[in-house]
Amino acid sequence: MARHKGRGMAAINYPIGMNLGGDPSQALIHSNPDGKFTVALSAIDLGQGMKQVTRQVAAETLGVPVEDVYVDTADSDTGPHDMGSFASRGTHRMGNAVIAAAREARGVLLEAAAEELEVNAADLVTDGRGNIHVRGAPSRSITVRATAQAAQFRQGKTIAGRGIFLIPLSAVDPETGEMNPNTAFAHACLVADVEVDDETGEVTVLGMTSAYELGRALNPRMVEQQLVGGAWMGQSHVLFETPEPYYPNPDHGPRDFNEYLMPGPGDIAPYSASVLERPAPDGPFGGKGPGEMCANPVLPAVANAVFNAVGVRVDELPITPEKVLRGIRANGGARPQARRGG
Amino acid sequence: MLEIRKDYFANERDDNLNVIGKGIQRQDMPGHVTGRSRYFDDHAFEGLLHLKVVRSPHHHARIRSVDVGEAERAPGVKRILRAADVPVNKNTLLSLINFGKDDEPTLAVDKVHYKGEPVVAVIAESEAAAMAARKLVRIDYEVLPAVFDVEEALKPGAPIVNETYPNNYFEYHEKFDHQKLRFGDTEKAFAAADLVIEERYQTSPIEHAPTETNGSIAAPEQDNRFVVHSCAQGLFFSLGTSAKILNIESNRLHFIGGTVGGGFGGKVDSLTEPLAILGAMLTGRPVRYVLDREEEMLYGSPRGAERVYVKDGVMRDGRIIARHVRSYFDAGAYTRLSSYAAIKCTAHLPGPYWIPNVSSDIYVSYTNRCPSTAMRGFGITAADFALEVQMDKLAHAVNMDPMEFRILNAYRDGDMKAHRRVAKNTALIECVQVAAEKARWPISESARRQSSLEGGGQRERGQIPATPIDQRGQIGRPETRSGPVTQTLPAGTMRIPLTKQPELEGSRDARPVAPNVPRYEPARPMTQPVVQAPAPLAPMPSAAPPPQPGVEPPAPPAPGVQPQHGAMRFSSVFGTRRR
Amino acid sequence: MAKVPVQFRLNGSDRAAFIDAADNLLMTLRRGLNEFAPKYGCGQGTCGVCTVLIDGEPQLSCLTLAVACEGRHVETASGMAEGPNLHPLQVAFMDNFAAQCGFCTPGMLMAARALLDRNPKPSREEVIEAIAGNICRCTGYEPIINAILAAAGAGDQKRA
Ligand code: FES
Ligand code: FES
Repeated sequence: MARHKGRGMAAINYPIGMNLGGDPSQALIHSNPDGKFTVALSAIDLGQGMKQVTRQVAAETLGVPVEDVYVDTADSDTGPHDMGSFASRGTHRMGNAVIAAAREARGVLLEAAAEELEVNAADLVTDGRGNIHVRGAPSRSITVRATAQAAQFRQGKTIAGRGIFLIPLSAVDPETGEMNPNTAFAHACLVADVEVDDETGEVTVLGMTSAYELGRALNPRMVEQQLVGGAWMGQSHVLFETPEPYYPNPDHGPRDFNEYLMPGPGDIAPYSASVLERPAPDGPFGGKGPGEMCANPVLPAVANAVFNAVGVRVDELPITPEKVLRGIRANGGARPQARRGG
Repeated sequence: MLEIRKDYFANERDDNLNVIGKGIQRQDMPGHVTGRSRYFDDHAFEGLLHLKVVRSPHHHARIRSVDVGEAERAPGVKRILRAADVPVNKNTLLSLINFGKDDEPTLAVDKVHYKGEPVVAVIAESEAAAMAARKLVRIDYEVLPAVFDVEEALKPGAPIVNETYPNNYFEYHEKFDHQKLRFGDTEKAFAAADLVIEERYQTSPIEHAPTETNGSIAAPEQDNRFVVHSCAQGLFFSLGTSAKILNIESNRLHFIGGTVGGGFGGKVDSLTEPLAILGAMLTGRPVRYVLDREEEMLYGSPRGAERVYVKDGVMRDGRIIARHVRSYFDAGAYTRLSSYAAIKCTAHLPGPYWIPNVSSDIYVSYTNRCPSTAMRGFGITAADFALEVQMDKLAHAVNMDPMEFRILNAYRDGDMKAHRRVAKNTALIECVQVAAEKARWPISESARRQSSLEGGGQRERGQIPATPIDQRGQIGRPETRSGPVTQTLPAGTMRIPLTKQPELEGSRDARPVAPNVPRYEPARPMTQPVVQAPAPLAPMPSAAPPPQPGVEPPAPPAPGVQPQHGAMRFSSVFGTRRR
Repeated sequence: MAKVPVQFRLNGSDRAAFIDAADNLLMTLRRGLNEFAPKYGCGQGTCGVCTVLIDGEPQLSCLTLAVACEGRHVETASGMAEGPNLHPLQVAFMDNFAAQCGFCTPGMLMAARALLDRNPKPSREEVIEAIAGNICRCTGYEPIINAILAAAGAGDQKRA
C-alpha cells in the first residue's frame, strides 16, 4: 500500500468569440466638459473583469489616463446592444467595439485641440497623462480638460464616438463541415503533478505548471486571476464535480454544497504559469481572452498524470477514488509508469 | 506565480503602450470590498412580491389535470400563473439569431419532459407564503417511459423526448441527424496506418454553481414600462427573449444588470426573467424570482455530458495520419444552446494538430433530463479531455515522450485545418516548449528548436485533400447509420465564402478618424525569423516527409487557398496580416 | 401574520424593524433594513456568503433568527471602513486581486476579520481553517488566503 507520484500533460487551443461570428458588440463613448470619459456598454461583468478591460482599452485608444475613463454597464436604456458575455467573446468583440468608439472620440478630441492650437490635427499626439501636444514640440500643448471645455462651450463639438464590431455570420457546409469558425485562437500546455493512494484511490494534485499564449495580456493581474481560478475549477471538474454521479442514471444527485463536491481552500495546489503573447491580428491590441479555456487542459493533464502514477486509465469523468481503485484492482495492483523530470 | 515571456514573438508586438499590459486595479474592486457592488437582488422595492414555481416530480409525464384552487386561496397569495398566461409559450434561445425551432415552453402545457420542469408559478407576499402555497397545487400526472442515455435515445422506438424533434436528435441543415466534418479520406488512411486506436470517453454533467443563484426582479416603471434587474450574461439576449415570450415591445423593457455573482455559462438561459416580468405585468407590483440553492443545483441547467469516441490511425514514427471523432452532446429535454456547441466542437477538431485525414459526426441527443446549456469551455472542454487523453495513449503506443509527440503533430502557421481554413497565429509548439522547460520535463534539443512559424503549410500541409462525402444520417431515410460514399470532392474544394474583414465604424463613413491612434504595429517588419531554422526532429514533416501511406500525393494548390505563410505585418488595430 | 419588533446595532447605528418572528437575520438585513452587503447563496448554512459578525463572532446570518439578535451588535462588510479609510483587510483584498465576481467577498471579509481580531498573526493553516466555510467559485482561494496573510503582516507565508 503506497502513494504513487505521477506527471501528466495536455496541450490545447481555444477559439475566441462566438463560433461562426454573427455576434455584434456596440460601444458608445462621450466626454464630460472637463475631459473625463464615460464608456456606455451593455456588456456583463460576471467577475471576469469586463469593466476594467474595456476601461483600459478605451484609455489606451483615447490616449488619456485610465482614471479618466469610467465604464458604465449594463443598462439597456443607455448601453447599446451586445450579444453578451459568453464564448470568450467579451474581450475580443467588445474590446474592438470600444476601440472603434474611442478612435472616433479621439478624432474629435484632436480636431478640437488642433483648432485651439491652430495646427493640423494630424500633427498632434497625446502623452497619456492628460495632455495633447504637437509632435516633436511638447511645449505647444493643451490639456485634454481645456480641449473638452473648448469643444463644449466654444466650438460646439461633441467629443464622442460610437463603435461596433461584427464578424459576419458564416455558413456551414452540411457535407464537409467547411466554415469560417473563428479568427483568433489561444493556446496552452499544462503539466499536472499528482499523488495517487493505491489503498483509497484518492488523487491529490500536488502542483500545476503551465504556459498560455493569450495574444496579449491586456491586464496581467486579471489574466492571473483567470488562470488561477480556472486551474482550480479544472481540478474540481476532473476529480470531484457532478450533479449525476452515476450518469446516465439520473438518481442520487447532490442538492447543496455539502453534497456537491469541490476542492476547498485547504485542497489547492501550488500553480505557476507563464504567459506568451502572440498578438491576434484582429484582437484588441492583439488580445485574445483567457477566461474560458483555462480549466480545459487541467482535465486531461490530471487524467494522464493518474495513469503515469498507477497505470490506470479513467476515461469517464470525474476521476473518483472508486474508479481509480477499480482500475488498480483490474490491473492486479498499481503499475507506476516512467518518471518524467520534475 | 505568473511570468510573462516577452522573449517569445517579440517581433510581432509593439510593447510601447501606456495602459494596456499593465496590472491596473479593477474598476469594480472598491465596490466588491466594501459590499457596495450592486447585484440584481440588491435593490429595494416597496411591496415586493415573491415568485416560486411548482416543478415536475417526474422525468417524463402527461399532465392530466392541474388544480390551483386551494393554492389561490392560501394566505398571502396574489396570483397563480399557468401555461395559458404566457403569451408566447414556446421559444428556443437561438431563435434570436434564427437558429433552430421553438421547442421549449416557459410553463409546461400538457406534458413534462424532465424532472424539475416548471408547471405553475405562485406569486405571494413573502417567500414563505409562496412556498407554502406551492404545496397546495394539485397536479395529476400520467408517468411515461423516459430515456437517459444519448445513444439509447437515438434508437428506433425510444420514448419521444421533445415533440419538436421527434427522433430525439437536433436536425442539422434540415438534412442530417448530426453535423459532419469531412477532410481527406479517413477510411483509406486507417487501412494504411501502422496502428489504429479507438477509445470511448464520457464526461459527466457539471453544475455551474455560481455563489449567486439565478434570479431577477421585475417592477412596473414609469411611462408604462418595466424595469428588470437581471443576472443575465447577455443583457439584450435576455431582453429579446423576454420580449418575444411576453409579446411586448422591446422598448417597454428596461433591463439593468452587468454586475453578476459568477455565471460560467449558467446565466445565459433567461431562466427567471420572463416569469418575473409576467408577474409584474399581471399584479402591477414588483416581483422577485430567485432560484434557491437546490433549484440551482438540480434545475439550473448544467454543463451537458458528452460521450466521445475517438479513432486514430498513427504511424510508428509518431505521425497521426487519420482521426475520426463521433460524439454525442446530451442536450437534456430541450435544445437551449447545444445545437451551437456541436458546430463549435466540429470546428475545433482534430484539436491543435495537423492531421491529413479528419472526419467527425457530432450528434445532439435529447434525453429526459434538465436541459443543459453553455459552460466555460462550451463545446470544447469534453473534446479536449478526450483528445488529450487519447494523445497520451497514442504517445504511449508508439513509445514517444508525450511532449515530443505533441510537438511532432502540432499545427503551425500555414497548415490547412480540417474545416478548410488556413491556420494563422499559432503557438502550440511554443507553449509546449515553455511548459516543458518550466516543469523541468526533459525534451530533445530538436524538439526545443521547432517553431510554429516554420515548416507549416508545406506541400500537402497547406492543401485541401480530395474528400469522399456521404449521405449517412440523412433525415427521412429509413436506415441512417450507414451510407455509401456518394461523391468525391476534388482536392482544393471550397464551397463556403470567406468571411469579409470587419470594418471600423469611423473609417467607413468618413467621420473623423483619429490621425495617430496608438497602435500595436510591430516595431519592425519581420524579415528575419525569430527562431533559427529548426533542425528537424526525426520525422518532422517540415523536412520533406516521405509520402504518407494512404495519403494522396499532394494536389496542386487550389486557387484562393494559398498558404499564407511568410513575412507579415499588421496594418492597423484591425489590420490583416499580409504576405 | 403579526409582526414583531426587533432592535439591534448595525455597524454602530441603532436600527429597528418589524418582522415575522421566523425571519432570519439575512432576510431582515436585506429586505427589512436595505443592508445588502451580506448575500444569499444557499440559505442552508453551506456557502458563507451571508457571514456577518454578531458581537464580534462570525455567524451565518441565514441560519440566525433575527429576533435572537435583539440588543446585539451586527457588523457587515459595509461597516468595515473607518470613514473614507479602508480596513487593512479591504486594502489587502484589493492589492491581491482577491475578488472576481465579488459575491463571496463580503462574507470572506467578515470571516477574515473575525480571525484577525482574535488571532492577529495567523498561520496559513489557520487562515484556511477560518474561511473553510466560505465558498468562492471564481478565485481558486489562493489570492484570498494571500490577502488575509498580507493583512496580518505575514506576507512571507504567501505561496508563489
Ligand atoms: S446563505 Fe448563509 S451559508 Fe449560504
Ligand atoms: S469572487 Fe466570485 S465567488 Fe468569490
